[in-house]
Amino acid sequence: MSIVIEHMTKSFDGTAVLRGIDLTIESGELVALLGPSGSGKTTLLKIIAGLEWPNSGGLVVHGADWLHLAAQDRRIGFVFQHYALFPHMSVRDNIAFGLTVRPRAERPGKAVIAAKVDQLLEFLQIAHLGERYPAQLSGGQRQRVALGRALAIEPTVLLLDEPFGALDAAVRRDLRAWLREVHDQTGSTTIFVTHDQEEAFELADRVVVMGDGRIEQIGNADQIHDHPASPFVARFMGATIELPVTLQAGRAEAPGLDGSRLPRRALPDGPATLFLRPADVTPLPDPAGRWQITHRTSNGALLRLDLADDKGTDGTGRFGIDLPRRAPEAQGLVPGARVDLRPEAGTIFPGPRALSPQPAATEFPRKEKSL
Amino acid sequence: MSAAAAPIRAKRVLPGFSLSLGTTLLYVALVIMIPVIALVLKGAEIGPVRFWAIVTAPRTLAALRVTLTAAAAATVFNAFYGLLMAWVLTRYDFPGKRILDALMDIPFALPTAVAGISLTALYSANGWFGAPLTGAGIELVYTLGGVILAMTFTSIPFVVRAIQPVLEDLDPALEQAAMTLGARPFAIFRRVVLPAILPAWLAGSTVAFARSLGEFGAVVFIAGNLPFKTEIAALLAFIRLEEYDYQGAAAIALVLLLIALILLALSNLIQFRAARHLEAR
Repeated sequence: MSIVIEHMTKSFDGTAVLRGIDLTIESGELVALLGPSGSGKTTLLKIIAGLEWPNSGGLVVHGADWLHLAAQDRRIGFVFQHYALFPHMSVRDNIAFGLTVRPRAERPGKAVIAAKVDQLLEFLQIAHLGERYPAQLSGGQRQRVALGRALAIEPTVLLLDEPFGALDAAVRRDLRAWLREVHDQTGSTTIFVTHDQEEAFELADRVVVMGDGRIEQIGNADQIHDHPASPFVARFMGATIELPVTLQAGRAEAPGLDGSRLPRRALPDGPATLFLRPADVTPLPDPAGRWQITHRTSNGALLRLDLADDKGTDGTGRFGIDLPRRAPEAQGLVPGARVDLRPEAGTIFPGPRALSPQPAATEFPRKEKSL
Repeated sequence: MSAAAAPIRAKRVLPGFSLSLGTTLLYVALVIMIPVIALVLKGAEIGPVRFWAIVTAPRTLAALRVTLTAAAAATVFNAFYGLLMAWVLTRYDFPGKRILDALMDIPFALPTAVAGISLTALYSANGWFGAPLTGAGIELVYTLGGVILAMTFTSIPFVVRAIQPVLEDLDPALEQAAMTLGARPFAIFRRVVLPAILPAWLAGSTVAFARSLGEFGAVVFIAGNLPFKTEIAALLAFIRLEEYDYQGAAAIALVLLLIALILLALSNLIQFRAARHLEAR
């Protein structure tokens, strides 16, 4: 069941939530919609489900125009963030709901429904919970019931809204592997929404990064990690250091910065911004260095050094870098020492750095997807 | 954790558990329980034979029948109309919604006698509504219909105000989930919404019924109070009192009290059964 979304826009009370989404999802794919809250990812999911309606655009699933179908007729399995289990029904009745509400002519017999429910309970590893009510279940168990209820109607598309958002870390890891298994065994097309990068990359075949109602980038973990398509994605992927540099023959240059480890880029000369992750920077001790160490903290494995650019006049300010505590060069790096920096990896976007600490992504020209 | 030994105690909003509980119990005793007990004692004084004679006297039976019939009719009407009203007030946005919401409380706020007088004026043969209705052959004033009308008017807010908060709190995701599972609107209402609001709906309707049983002020003006036809039990008790027949009044009042108590118990039982699954372990 391929899903084709074209030029989709949606606004709530004049506030644009989706600003033109184009996305094709292949049959059997497991896709994550990743983005911060307010990026429009849940709205997109709900439009696919038929629980919201776009202002314009197209939604074609396996050749059928879904914008002319009610949610009831799309046969989707939707798992809600807080599960939305029917509180007055037992687990069995919850799972059977999608079958028992069918019109009499299409409804399977009681025995068939019971067998189907048994099979799902077994498959979801909750066979012993059939007679319980949702209030008597843990979060992880509720999540399994919610998925079972969605799977009972043998959905063409499985949609999950922050499926693990309300669970604690251990259960989350457990369920993640389990969901992958469920997806592989049922062979359905699955789309899930999350704001957790780790979750998205570990689970999905492809990750769609969304920001402010647009798709910022589509790819797998390595592509998005190493080649963020926009400053927004770079920031979202943990590049918290933004240094103003000058591009000279494809190399980033700035005082105190050794750009030799960065690959040459086919970008025009001129001002640019270098985005770095705190762990991708090597400090080079130098008494006349540009940055001074103001603070040193350790979490056992990693050292965090807070640096201040006290000579700088361009407002680069302060930032932190990480390095292994046992690294040999860590010895002399104590508060008061001065360093220069050598980025080991980073991303350059043309254009001067905006002054606010978290400027809107639109202040930078968008780079075309060059993956 | 033994409370007696613990030197440190959590701060509470009200000072002193014993003081606040004591005040509450005293209030319940003085204002609620003692009058009820007095009524029961008064009734017990009568003796079973005399009690039975009073209660089964044709005029008493007729009054009880009128009261119960009218209260039942008013409650059935209010149960459905109140549900609709609560639905409209919670599910839709329209200009004037807040005003409509506030109007819902007028039957609470209005002295019932005022309600009775204005209803009588409106529905009498030459009133705004009464004139066309009389033309159509429908008479409400001085008939059972009038009694039902008055009871309906005074008890509607009980139903609306009971359902409204539950509907407001109902997670919209439940209905959305039912939609994605293929449920049509009626099935969503019957299988998802109704079970959720049923306890509140029953509670509201029961209180509306109890209120209708005892409604006096609004009814006496519009009913005409013809013995055997439109005379309600509460009025008959009042008439007995006026005649210095305290025993007669107490016996009738006791029967009304009994009916109300049985209803409340039934309603609580049904609500308890409906809400059982909501309690965790």
